[in-house]
Amino acid sequence: MAAQETSQSATFRHAFGNVLSFAVLLLIGVMAFSIRLFSVIKYESVIHEFDPYFNYRVTQFLTKSGVYDFWNWFDDRTWYPLGRVIGGTVYPGLTLTAGTLWWILNSINIPLSVETVCVFTAPVFSAFASWATYLLTKEIKGAGAGLTAAALLAMVPSYISRSVAGSYDNEAVAIFALIFTFYLYIKTLNTGSLFYATLNAIAYFYMVCSWGGYTFIINLIPMHVLLCIVTGRYSPRLYIAYAPLVVLGTLLAALVPVVGFNAVMTSEHFASFLVFIIIHVVALVYYIKGILTPQMFKVAVTLVVSVGMVLCVAVLAVLIALVASSPTKGWSGRSLSLLDPTYASKYIPIIASVSEHQPPTWPSYFMDINVLAFLVPAGIIACFLPLSDASSFAVLYIVTSVYFSGVMVRLMLVLAPAACIMSGIALSEAFDVFTRSIKFHLVGTTQNPQDNAGDATKVTQNDVKSEKSEDTVKERSSRKSKKDKENIEKPSLVSRVEKRLLVLPLETSVMAVFLLVLLGAFYVVHCVWAAAEAYSAPSIVLTSRSHDGLHVFDDFREAYAWLSHNTEVDDKVASWWDYGYQTTAMANRTVIVDNNTWNNTHIATVGTAMSSPEKAAWDIFNSLDVKYVLVVFGGLVGYPSDDINKFLWMVRIGGGVFPHIKEPDYLRDGQYRIDSQATPTMLNSLMYKLSYFRFVETDGRGYDRVRNTEIGKKHFKLTHFEEVFTTHHWMVRIYKLKSPRNRIRGKTKRSKSSLQKSGTSPSSKRSTRKRNPWQ
Amino acid sequence: MGRSATTKDAHALFHSLRSAYAATPNNLKIIDLYILFAVATAVIQVAYMAIVGSFPFNSFLSGVLSCVGTAVLAVSLRIQVNKDNKEFKDLPPERAFADFVLCNLVLHLVIINFLG
Repeated sequence: MAAQETSQSATFRHAFGNVLSFAVLLLIGVMAFSIRLFSVIKYESVIHEFDPYFNYRVTQFLTKSGVYDFWNWFDDRTWYPLGRVIGGTVYPGLTLTAGTLWWILNSINIPLSVETVCVFTAPVFSAFASWATYLLTKEIKGAGAGLTAAALLAMVPSYISRSVAGSYDNEAVAIFALIFTFYLYIKTLNTGSLFYATLNAIAYFYMVCSWGGYTFIINLIPMHVLLCIVTGRYSPRLYIAYAPLVVLGTLLAALVPVVGFNAVMTSEHFASFLVFIIIHVVALVYYIKGILTPQMFKVAVTLVVSVGMVLCVAVLAVLIALVASSPTKGWSGRSLSLLDPTYASKYIPIIASVSEHQPPTWPSYFMDINVLAFLVPAGIIACFLPLSDASSFAVLYIVTSVYFSGVMVRLMLVLAPAACIMSGIALSEAFDVFTRSIKFHLVGTTQNPQDNAGDATKVTQNDVKSEKSEDTVKERSSRKSKKDKENIEKPSLVSRVEKRLLVLPLETSVMAVFLLVLLGAFYVVHCVWAAAEAYSAPSIVLTSRSHDGLHVFDDFREAYAWLSHNTEVDDKVASWWDYGYQTTAMANRTVIVDNNTWNNTHIATVGTAMSSPEKAAWDIFNSLDVKYVLVVFGGLVGYPSDDINKFLWMVRIGGGVFPHIKEPDYLRDGQYRIDSQATPTMLNSLMYKLSYFRFVETDGRGYDRVRNTEIGKKHFKLTHFEEVFTTHHWMVRIYKLKSPRNRIRGKTKRSKSSLQKSGTSPSSKRSTRKRNPWQ
Repeated sequence: MGRSATTKDAHALFHSLRSAYAATPNNLKIIDLYILFAVATAVIQVAYMAIVGSFPFNSFLSGVLSCVGTAVLAVSLRIQVNKDNKEFKDLPPERAFADFVLCNLVLHLVIINFLG
């Protein structure tokens, strides 16, 4: 009778717990979506930043022309005159996902525009990502930890920064793919089912399609397999989880045009092949150990070790020779800069110049993962009690992601899910202990061991045993509020058999629960503030508040609209590579260099042109068929990310390829100045002239609000360029190249006179002519 | 002395291996034969590539990886079907075979696509 009642109450509890978790997950998804909508509310539904504009343009092309044309697209509107093979150089996952979403919605007669779908792709996928985090953490520790981790991930500022509504970039879907792939890997590891292994490979394929960060997965999983083997945790499930993934995964990765044969030829994948070989060797050893008697096995070991060692050394020597023969040891530049952080600044200035590739500062850790920074160490300890395959994976994940986030700010994003998982585990374990203590003190005994299949706690000190079944039913109904933290204890792999009761005094537990809830409240407040104030700026529209209200700076779109209305379709526009994507997407004009930065020499050419005097710059731009030059200038309004501030990078990159540009020429005593103490090379450079042309007319003294000085050369004329447009706040300035004059005054008279005088060859005539033909 | 001891040990080892392997059930032996066949095909393909050259590389890659892939999947099937494995005693062999077939389907779909 009692057993039937308890089993009925157990199923009721399980059912109630399931419904509650489902409801909580739904709310977490809604929260993840809504917290990313601040920019849509504060500004408008617009695509942000630079890279998303390229993705938006590609998605437009996909929806207009279909998949086959997209796959074979050669883009001639960028990198003039080289063009760019879009099909082979873009990670198609994001555009295909958004394109599919748009197509599905349109086919069921919900006519959303492509722009709307693109803007809202990231929030939708962040809801999916938090559900994937729930699934992953459930596999590691249990459902309670899963719900906490999902709630933390939905709000973590580091992830919000790259997935707000409007941030239509690869990471928007890639983080979901990453977490989902890890979930399927752990699920395969826990269950040993080949079905999940297949799903794992397909999820890995989606990740390869979406982001270059897939190399993290294909290196972390082999590392984990190696760790399991080395710590003696080899099992057939490990083989099933890893070996099919390597084969299928390599094939699927080779299918994506961007990766292609790199999947088998670059060093980033060699770790997976090495561990593939190792796991086969280990599997064979275990198999032989299983079918032989122990003495025979010892004999076999001694025999094989001596022979095998020689073979291994030989193979290794060949491998090392192969890898060492390539100059970068087979690694690509970006991956190498992860392993050796100083590599990029020494050899590839373009990678070093991107602000996202700088190491993060300590405060940025607190800004981006906030309270989780304290909870992660507690989570790591909780993973060791007890250690399972899944929890060792979680520890490895957090350790590697902390290292990589320390190298590049952009990789804080990979740290965020790991930190959320660890903190979810820590918080869930803490709540477990405290609520169990509270229950213990209030009820007078521990829970009925029959009711809690998960943890078998034995009472050693308590004699008072009341009627267990009625009490447990009563306390269930009165402790509903605590249940969402101490959830259904499914018979997870974590079977805690505690010989001694871990119980704290009642007041401590209540205080501790209250403090933990307060900690969570601080986290929520910080996340909402970060989402609203710090990470919701579309950076194409700027606002500022002053005593006379809100000012909106919409200069970028103003400039691009002017370009698209007032120039010919085939005109080429030259600017620094930051603005390439936006120019092709919004102004629909051909650009010389854009944010893809795949051709360093081309960028160096533009950089050299910007650093040279007017005539030399005109020559360079004319050779590239450029008609218009665009510069961004923030001196009038105090916009700090303008081209003058980026100018030294132009000099460095240009000087890396063309040695006549030397950085010290532009610095006075090692300092970069644009005032009266600036060097003549600086004052004559095209960038200076195009930025400050007629600037003195604004306030009479030419005071630059970003550099906080008056400019050096105030009154000058442009000889080879003419100004065609300056936006309202002088933030974007567009210049046209002057065409060369048809007739050069005085040439015929001079040549006749010199012929009569000496009859010299034409070359000396040219050398005697000193008049500027462009004036 | 040492030499003869090692050769004696080697003989003894070889015999015990043979006798232990003879005791495995027939269905596992069939799977082992299939694995051997797949690996042999892969070796033949690599030898052919060494003679003829690796163009087109995608065909070579998909051919070799399909052999390696079927071998790996067959090993996984053997692990799951083997009655000595206590971890998989709840798994019906029909389910294991169905998973094997599904994974092979996906593998060969990718292979055909990549074969060019």
